[in-house]
Amino acid sequence: MSIDPKVVVETAPTPVEDGPAEQASLSRGRLVLRRFLRKRLAIAGLVVLVLLFLLAFLGPYLSPWSYEQKDFESFLSPPSAGHWFGTNQTGADLFAQTLRGMQKSLIIGLLAALIATGVAALVGASAGYFGGWVDRALMWFVDLLLVLPSFLILALLSPQFRGKSWLLFVVLLAGFAWMITSRVVRSMTLSLKEREYVEAARFMGVPAYKIILRHILPNMSSLLIVDATVNVGVAIIGEASLAFFGFGIQPPDISLGTLIAEGSVAFLTDSWLFLFPSGFLVAIVLAVNLIGDGLRDAFDPTSNASRGSH
Amino acid sequence: MTAVRNEPAFRDATADPEVVLEVTDLHVTFPTDSGDVTAVRGLSYDVRAGEVLGIVGESGSGKSVSSLAVMGLLPRNARISGSARYRGRELLGLDDRAASGIRGKEIAMVFQDPLSALTPVYTVGDQIAEALRIHSDIGKEAAARRSVELLDLVGIPNPKQRALAFPHEFSGGMRQRAMIAMAIANDPDLIIADEPTTALDVTIQAQILEVLKTAQQATGAAIVLITHDLGVVAGFADRLLVMYAGKAVETGSTEEVFYQGRMPYTLGLLGSIPRLDAGGRQPLTPVEGNPPSLASLPPGCPFVPRCPMAIDICSQTEPPLLRMPNSGDRHFSACHRSDEIERSNLTSTDIFPAVVAPESVAERTPREQRPTVLEVTDLVKHYPLTKGHVFRRRIGTVKAVDGISFDIREGETLGLVGESGCGKTTTLTELLRMARPQDGTVVVLGKDTATMSGRDRFAIRRDVQIVFQDPFASLDPRMPVGDILAEPLLTHGVPEAERRQEVRALLKLVGLAPEHADRYPHEFSGGQRQRIGIARALALKPRLVVLDEPVSALDVSIQAGVINLLERLKVELGLSYLFVAHDLSVVRHIADRVAVMYLGKIVESGPVDRVFDAPSHPYTQALLSAIPLPDPIKERQRRRIILEGDLPSPADPPSGCRFRTRCQLFAGLDEGRRQKCLEQHPPSLPQGDGDHLAACHYARVVDVL
Repeated sequence: MSIDPKVVVETAPTPVEDGPAEQASLSRGRLVLRRFLRKRLAIAGLVVLVLLFLLAFLGPYLSPWSYEQKDFESFLSPPSAGHWFGTNQTGADLFAQTLRGMQKSLIIGLLAALIATGVAALVGASAGYFGGWVDRALMWFVDLLLVLPSFLILALLSPQFRGKSWLLFVVLLAGFAWMITSRVVRSMTLSLKEREYVEAARFMGVPAYKIILRHILPNMSSLLIVDATVNVGVAIIGEASLAFFGFGIQPPDISLGTLIAEGSVAFLTDSWLFLFPSGFLVAIVLAVNLIGDGLRDAFDPTSNASRGSH
Repeated sequence: MTAVRNEPAFRDATADPEVVLEVTDLHVTFPTDSGDVTAVRGLSYDVRAGEVLGIVGESGSGKSVSSLAVMGLLPRNARISGSARYRGRELLGLDDRAASGIRGKEIAMVFQDPLSALTPVYTVGDQIAEALRIHSDIGKEAAARRSVELLDLVGIPNPKQRALAFPHEFSGGMRQRAMIAMAIANDPDLIIADEPTTALDVTIQAQILEVLKTAQQATGAAIVLITHDLGVVAGFADRLLVMYAGKAVETGSTEEVFYQGRMPYTLGLLGSIPRLDAGGRQPLTPVEGNPPSLASLPPGCPFVPRCPMAIDICSQTEPPLLRMPNSGDRHFSACHRSDEIERSNLTSTDIFPAVVAPESVAERTPREQRPTVLEVTDLVKHYPLTKGHVFRRRIGTVKAVDGISFDIREGETLGLVGESGCGKTTTLTELLRMARPQDGTVVVLGKDTATMSGRDRFAIRRDVQIVFQDPFASLDPRMPVGDILAEPLLTHGVPEAERRQEVRALLKLVGLAPEHADRYPHEFSGGQRQRIGIARALALKPRLVVLDEPVSALDVSIQAGVINLLERLKVELGLSYLFVAHDLSVVRHIADRVAVMYLGKIVESGPVDRVFDAPSHPYTQALLSAIPLPDPIKERQRRRIILEGDLPSPADPPSGCRFRTRCQLFAGLDEGRRQKCLEQHPPSLPQGDGDHLAACHYARVVDVL
């Protein structure tokens, strides 16, 4: 033989080098966190949200007025050094009121969204994964809730809750916002559970609830995150429309929604009444959206944006 | 030796009126976000009337793109240069109207996926008639009549009725026949068939190739057959063109390429195919690595990173396609060292590291003395067929698995083979569920699944693991590889520190780097993903691994690497395999014993060499006969048994012997002897020595290789 072919010793498609002996490989949680932290816009959203929380809960200490106080010397005055955001028809300081409203709305919005999406994910995934009577019972319940006029139920129930914690109200709001998503989650689960990696986990002996949490829900995280971010805005506005009809958060307490509802009437004449509260609502929703986008990309390893720093 | 970079010497036939299609220096570039991807880089070939040209290459080699460019079917953003002449008429740059006049009339195309190539809302007959009426002035009636004739020509039974059927009422094989009928409707001069049999079962593949031959005889058309399967082209093509990274690297007559390959890639491809006609321990030569990215090719030969023969010049200049002086005058090869290969007549085993699996300890002990790992007796799985939503009525039973028995001893590989729909996958699912079977018994490592407690079942799952067919669906896309490999360990309570070490060791075991643990599955190629799937199955140190078509989704060159890995691991770790496959050549290579399944029953089983060398059941004979050999001379001399029709529905299996409706033996029997086949299901009877069983009333050995 005239040539001596180079002997190939490598069995690996890529060269195997021995890395540092105990270089810990990162788990999914750590990898997702690292990818999330690389997104500048998402971090900006997170910072804005934290600032909004700080402002809502610490701001009142800076303000010379409390939300219940009335300044009988200035009704409907535009923003000034005395009243930073102006006052309304009854002389209440809008800055103090906006912050107070934001305290409520931030918690209502975020909590209701988390609960609604969480319930939707669990119910939908369980129905889809287990099938059979679990599926039928859960979907029957979902259909029942869908045909019931949620507004009417809330209106009927809310006198019962008068005087009780307004956090119950959050649960109610969330309770009527998860059904459609859970149907979508169910149908996605139906196709995901046929995937071979789910089957592999099952044959490995992984219990069902772990399969749902580990394989099924992460693979529809895009849907869940988008749903949760949309729900934040919906819950805040939904609370306002109920408040408008006299349910939910009632005077003298205020929410961002009630402020916007009141201010919208005076939008053309005394625009500050509308602009300040709705500006904060937009800021909340925007911040949540940025965080949601970042999370979605962080969970999805194929998103191109996650490669570079955004 | 003459340099023939863009005008190869076989172009002397340019003036020949016989040349139907002439492609010269074809380039196709797609602009993408990450730069231009040049999918075809200077491809030249010609096809003469009545000739079959096979274009062979791995996925991504540009074989499909080049033919789509000729047809004018590429997306608008593709930049095409060079020339493609059909009987002297330039095709490239024709406007859509002019191109439509040629497409379908002069040049027809058969696509890989016949389901998406037919419109679901029109009947098959209407679609063929449409193809006719677009190109010729033919009446509605006449077109309908002609389409029935065409369906008859491609071998569809009851063509008159079937012409009125919709595509979803056709099986895959029948759809592909209908596609071919449509392609030959206007008597084209050239048929381009793009992987026409890849999506089909082997028995159907043999039928379709037969139909293509008939179609060619009927029309006298030239055929360009694009495929990744060297076996398919061996008996069918007159000339071959091997493509790599958008270029032709070797071209010549089929014999020249198969027997006197002069480009290491061609040799590697040939050496990586397991052969049906070679007994066990045939060395396979995997071409390690992956095809290069076409976005930014470095200078030099694109095959350098995978070529064991590469020398300095290879990474500096790309070798031109040169004529091989000592073989035929139309044999060209693009390699700097092809004259050396020619001089010493090197074969794949001289160039690539050939791996022969060592014999395991277990194999040295006689089979009867080894412990039984899995024993299945009369396993049954029937599905109810129901109708209605509110009130479910049972209208029938799908007998997916209908009483099968087999056993696997330690250190042994059992190949379970059969067409899709024969119940292979149901059998696997039943085994892995480890629940009480509907009927029969499953004994795993001495424990009966019917009497197992939940705790036993969980414990025994450690010992039985599975590797899936599709390396893209079997790994959770949202999980880093490290977590995927750690999952079985986590589930079975391995502490974290140990888990981390185990994951690193597993990655090394299957030939990947421990650093890969941080990456997600989509960053790996198909072959690498399959290695990850194998690593996951091995994490718990199982004793039995169930392999569900583990290599059928991989490219040929990659496939050999995975097969070699499986063989090495079997010996190193003392594993037993249940290997499910439809590719009998792979089974012959890897399995010790084989069981052939047909419609929920095992029709023949025994030691692999015995069953393959002396097949006794007519179905086994037909299956073996349908597998093309990568050997043109042998392949042309073979007498092929072509099975009629498709697999019957398991909801309504034929009476008596289930295979009788398609059986070539049954067809030749007289009335009296047929009676037995119609009435009695044949029992499994020993053939020759006692270990070889076949379930046929009239079993006899037929040599089909």
